[in-house]
Amino acid sequence: MKRIFITGFALLGLFQYQLRAQNVAADSTSYQNKKLKVDEVNLVSSYYKQEGDNSAVTGGIGSEHLTDIANTIDVKLIKYGENGIKHTFDIEAGIDHYTSASSDMIDLSANSSASSSDIRFYPSLTYMRENEEKGRTFAAGVSSSSEFDYQSFGGNISFSQKTKNKNGEFTAKFQTYIDQLKLIEPIELRTYGSNGYDSANRNTFAGTLSYSQIVNQRLQVMIVGDIISQNGYLSLPFHRVYFADGTVHQEKMPDTRLKIPLGIRASYFLGDTFIIRAYYRYYSDDWSLKAHTADIEIPVKLSQAFSLSPFYRYYTQTGTKYFKPFGEHTAADEYYTSNYDLSKFDSSFFGMGMKFTPPNGVFGLKHWNTVEIRYGHYTRTTNMTSDIISLNIKYK
Amino acid sequence: MKNPKQKMLLVSGSIAFMSILFTSCTPVKEYQKGRINDSEMVLGNRKIEKTELSFQSYREGASGANAGKSGGGCGCN
Repeated sequence: MKRIFITGFALLGLFQYQLRAQNVAADSTSYQNKKLKVDEVNLVSSYYKQEGDNSAVTGGIGSEHLTDIANTIDVKLIKYGENGIKHTFDIEAGIDHYTSASSDMIDLSANSSASSSDIRFYPSLTYMRENEEKGRTFAAGVSSSSEFDYQSFGGNISFSQKTKNKNGEFTAKFQTYIDQLKLIEPIELRTYGSNGYDSANRNTFAGTLSYSQIVNQRLQVMIVGDIISQNGYLSLPFHRVYFADGTVHQEKMPDTRLKIPLGIRASYFLGDTFIIRAYYRYYSDDWSLKAHTADIEIPVKLSQAFSLSPFYRYYTQTGTKYFKPFGEHTAADEYYTSNYDLSKFDSSFFGMGMKFTPPNGVFGLKHWNTVEIRYGHYTRTTNMTSDIISLNIKYK
Repeated sequence: MKNPKQKMLLVSGSIAFMSILFTSCTPVKEYQKGRINDSEMVLGNRKIEKTELSFQSYREGASGANAGKSGGGCGCN
């Protein structure tokens, strides 16, 4: 945690220095607006902790204790071209450090193994070209995510067009992720004498269509739909499944999955103090999993500089047909998992956000203008609970 | 949603609701967008929600349609 704060303060200082340099330049001519400049920086840190007793690594029994510390920095740079086109570069880098009791049980006899903790690093870069006059935006991006047993490369392109009166916007987006995972088997299922780990591929292709509309001065809505197709190795190699006859197996799932989620969002400004943000999603896939998600958040503006945002999210899903608890699968099952994330359950997530926008900036640094803290508690009917606290400091 | 009749009713109802909503739109000019442009009115996800959206997509079977990532990275623990 100490390191996080030291890094945060170092970045605050760095961008404050950059800001002074920009302010000096801004005093000269309008030509300076054509230069690339820092538009927004977000520093986000989160601490996540979960508890439960249905780990998939130990076949649906055993500790799900997990902690994760995530830090991301997101820098948005903008530049206007000679023809008035706005160019935006969004550079993001994130690093997670997690400890996981379940991963430690890949080797059941080890007191503590190398898999008990890991680091994930995930940078991304997005370029956006916006013609503000025509209301047309084109964007493209690349991303990657690396951890010990998993490597992912992603790419995306999108196109947005606003309506003539600029009250509506249509967006089409295509994303792909090409992933490779090391096949780390539970220790008792490994073949001795083999060197290193085998690997397998997992590919994801996602198409998104969305339309947002300003209904009046206080209300806007958006509908969004995805079609997500996955193929390759979709199981996890270190998930155990214990059959009714007492034998242990690796989780086995189909090598294709088609997901179709449809969502609707709305934001409504009630009076001058309350905002109601609502979201609903229906989800269905060909592993026979169906889910409903409903989310409401009500930011309350207590003053110009301070707002509180209580929120509640309800989620319910049917289990996939391939799920059975510990010791219930049989050799007649073609596919099998005891991963409770794919079982039937309901969950609730609730908490509160606090947002400060001090007029003189955070710690007196004028352009570091927002600090946001958000805490949430998650409970699942499978007796899993988790807590998350996040901090966002914004430079604008 | 037990039978196709109920599904059809829900789909028709949703289409009718969206049609009424979108046809009742009042044009809003740029200078009238003070409330719409408020940072709390944003229709996408906010930066501070990034980690919680990740853990929800790992701990739940459903994902997508929330203007975020639809894959990539394991999160298998």
